[in-house]
Amino acid sequence: MITLDVNGKSLQVDASPDEPLLWVIREKLGLTGTKFGCGMSLCGACTVLVDGVATRSCVTDLSEVEGKKIVTIDGLPEDHPVMAAWIEDQVPQCGYCHSGQIISAIALLKEIPNPTDADIDEAMSGNICRCGTYQRIRRAIHRAAKTMATARGGQS
Amino acid sequence: MTEIIKVSRRNFLKTGVVLGGGLMLGVYLPGRNAALAAAAGKTEAFVPNAFIHIRTDELVTIFVNKSEMGQGVYTSLPMLIAEELEVDWTKIKVEPAPVDPAYNHTMYGPIMVTGGSTSVRSEWERLRTAGAMARAMLVTAAAERWQADPKTCRAVEGHIIHQDGKRRLSYGQLADAAAQLKPPTEISLKSPKDFKILGVNRDRLDIPDKTNGKAIFGIDVSVPDMLAAVVSRPPVFGATLKSFDDTEAKKIPGVKAVISIDRGIAVVADGFWNANRGRDALEVVWDEGPLAGLDSEKQGVEYAEMAKKPGMIAAQRGDVETAMSKAAKKIEAVYELPYLAHAPMEPLNCVAHVRPDGCDIWTGSQMQTTDRDKAAAITGLPPEQVRLHNTLLGCGFGRRAAADSHFVSEAVQISQKMKAPVKAYWTREDDIKGGYYRPRSYHLISAGLGDDGMPIAWRHRIVSQSIIKGTPFEEGLTHNGIDETSVEGAFDSPYEIPDFLVDYHMAPAGVPVLWWRSVGHSFTAYVKECFIDELARAAGKDPYQYRRQLLAEHPRERGVLDLVAEKAGWSGKIPDGRGRGIAVHASFGSYIAQVAEVSVTKEGSIRVHKVTCAIDCGRTVNPDTIEAQMESGIAFGLSAAFYGNITFKKGRVYQSNFDDYEVLRIDAMPEVAVHIVTSEEPPGGVGEPGVPPIAPAVANGVMSLTGVPLRRLPLTRERVKKTLQAA
Repeated sequence: MITLDVNGKSLQVDASPDEPLLWVIREKLGLTGTKFGCGMSLCGACTVLVDGVATRSCVTDLSEVEGKKIVTIDGLPEDHPVMAAWIEDQVPQCGYCHSGQIISAIALLKEIPNPTDADIDEAMSGNICRCGTYQRIRRAIHRAAKTMATARGGQS
Repeated sequence: MTEIIKVSRRNFLKTGVVLGGGLMLGVYLPGRNAALAAAAGKTEAFVPNAFIHIRTDELVTIFVNKSEMGQGVYTSLPMLIAEELEVDWTKIKVEPAPVDPAYNHTMYGPIMVTGGSTSVRSEWERLRTAGAMARAMLVTAAAERWQADPKTCRAVEGHIIHQDGKRRLSYGQLADAAAQLKPPTEISLKSPKDFKILGVNRDRLDIPDKTNGKAIFGIDVSVPDMLAAVVSRPPVFGATLKSFDDTEAKKIPGVKAVISIDRGIAVVADGFWNANRGRDALEVVWDEGPLAGLDSEKQGVEYAEMAKKPGMIAAQRGDVETAMSKAAKKIEAVYELPYLAHAPMEPLNCVAHVRPDGCDIWTGSQMQTTDRDKAAAITGLPPEQVRLHNTLLGCGFGRRAAADSHFVSEAVQISQKMKAPVKAYWTREDDIKGGYYRPRSYHLISAGLGDDGMPIAWRHRIVSQSIIKGTPFEEGLTHNGIDETSVEGAFDSPYEIPDFLVDYHMAPAGVPVLWWRSVGHSFTAYVKECFIDELARAAGKDPYQYRRQLLAEHPRERGVLDLVAEKAGWSGKIPDGRGRGIAVHASFGSYIAQVAEVSVTKEGSIRVHKVTCAIDCGRTVNPDTIEAQMESGIAFGLSAAFYGNITFKKGRVYQSNFDDYEVLRIDAMPEVAVHIVTSEEPPGGVGEPGVPPIAPAVANGVMSLTGVPLRRLPLTRERVKKTLQAA
């Protein structure tokens, strides 16, 4: 048994310590918002936050995250400014990659609250979108950055 | 003026009363619909036809018969109904339609299909009629209640209002009464000038759940006691099983069984990870068969050899030989494009649960009837006892429209043998190496120019595998022995050239090939649009004006060309070191022109800075979705232009994942501006037509800077560098 802290809940999981976090989240915890795309940390569909850092869960062994705070898309508040921006700019098409895109965007905005297009391209280039929603992803990240700056009282 | 539609009573709009909800057209809708059924309780619902279900508590469920794979049909098709139904949009709920003849494609025969960029085109009339029929019955129900003339009652936002304005009844209040009425035999549709919904941006209904992780794709489906499986498939297409040793595989904890199915060896376990580890431990010996020596370079030589002889004629005008002999200048070129994988974001998967009394299938399918029938054939169950629950699709691009239903068939076979529900997973490697590619093609093309530099003769010979041969679509899509999807976009080129010949050689079958977003247009447009630029260059003419002159009788192609040239500032200044390339191509009922602003380094690295896109797709439904599809098509086409390449060595596919089968990432995404032509023509497609023009626009932009044509895709840095150095 391994104890995991997922979305603020402490959960006991019966799994091998070398099983990737992705499959434990999806199959054992039933949190299917986090997606499988490549299994090799190449596409970003499986991105989750581990202690606030964007992490590819498909190549992260369970043993590496014991005692750390894991946040998946399912654990974010529905009114999160990044998610709201994604809706406002009508970003998703098929929608499959966007859990990972949103998690990566949240990690970026934590690091760089007011990113340039170049910052966005650099931080988000690990997340593939086969529908090609990239232009809207850029737009939505700028929008979320503004909303979050306003919420902080205009500091950015 | 309104349009009058005669309603055919045969196999179109079935009506009926639904008691207790959930039962409809004799088809039980389990799973997600269980909640709907429970919520409906004992209330009656008004079901004027197979597409609309109005409950007494005002909930309006729209059954969408097309698969949502990103192109926005879960919003655009309800908009077609809503325009006529005058419904309160916030009361609409979308459900995927079950497999039933009522939902068959109106253009593609007696099956359900999402493909060919036809969803809006094929449902344009039927769904508006469905909405109008429901509205007419609600009006009649209200008029009867009020003992008023139906002409004095109107439908507004989910209510019928009497002309005095004092009396109003909601659709929910009228559902019971409307359900007792006979449907009208004649229905009048709105004049387009009265459209309030169609042609106006509307937020997509599926987007909120696609941002919070709640959207359910096939891979997310879970049923009690479900097992997981992966399949070890042959390393060479057409190879057959010799023997396998599962001793080590069975030692992996969680592995339940190793079983043989028609397409390989399935390892079944308690979850994906153990199934996959089990597969890694499996020893399989294959008889590699006739393609054991398949090699991309040798195959290229074979295609070139085939192209030396005349092929089957796809289109012919005048006498090309004679015209060529009179030409002031002749130009000949060879173009080559590779096999491509679709690489949908969501790897293929399917959940199947075969029982003695029935079978349930959960997957994202573009051809539900075909997949359902395949499961029926495997299990021996009557098709009515096989229920296919279509989920959201994590991209389609044609990959989930498999005429042989292979990914459903695998899951059904495994579940049948395991006597348990099974989710069959494909890994990314399974996907990239798994075949069903866009066919490779070889093009020998030549033109003769007259004294004025304009082409007087055009000859285009295509060598490629046929997508259609050997499928149930062969008869319908083959003309004079030629699979139309292999020559589309070439044999019907709009350029007004008097002497014209397109012929075709069907390359040997073997590598599984399939429709890949924009199908034949994905390669013919590259050749046609790059070569016309080569001709313009040889004639010393502006490529935009050159095309324009050759399209005098083609106002819609000319329209988008003129619009894109204006919006891109074609004749204006361009930053130093940048070039512009243009391309125009019609496909799937729509006309598109694109201008790409590019730069290229001596090292062969191409950057696309900006793309301007003009589209004439006739009447529009959701303009923002059209823009999104253009952005998407451009990104998809750029992936193919820069990276896409499936190659073979010793019969094996070389590529395996996104490291060696690269796709476009955000840092290479250009700024895209889309301009939609206002048009009263019938709607055209938007899912695919954005793809074909972008690669030639980019290559033409590079040629404007370097003078060098780029005749082979992909435009990898090494290849471009070599080509520029050789020139």
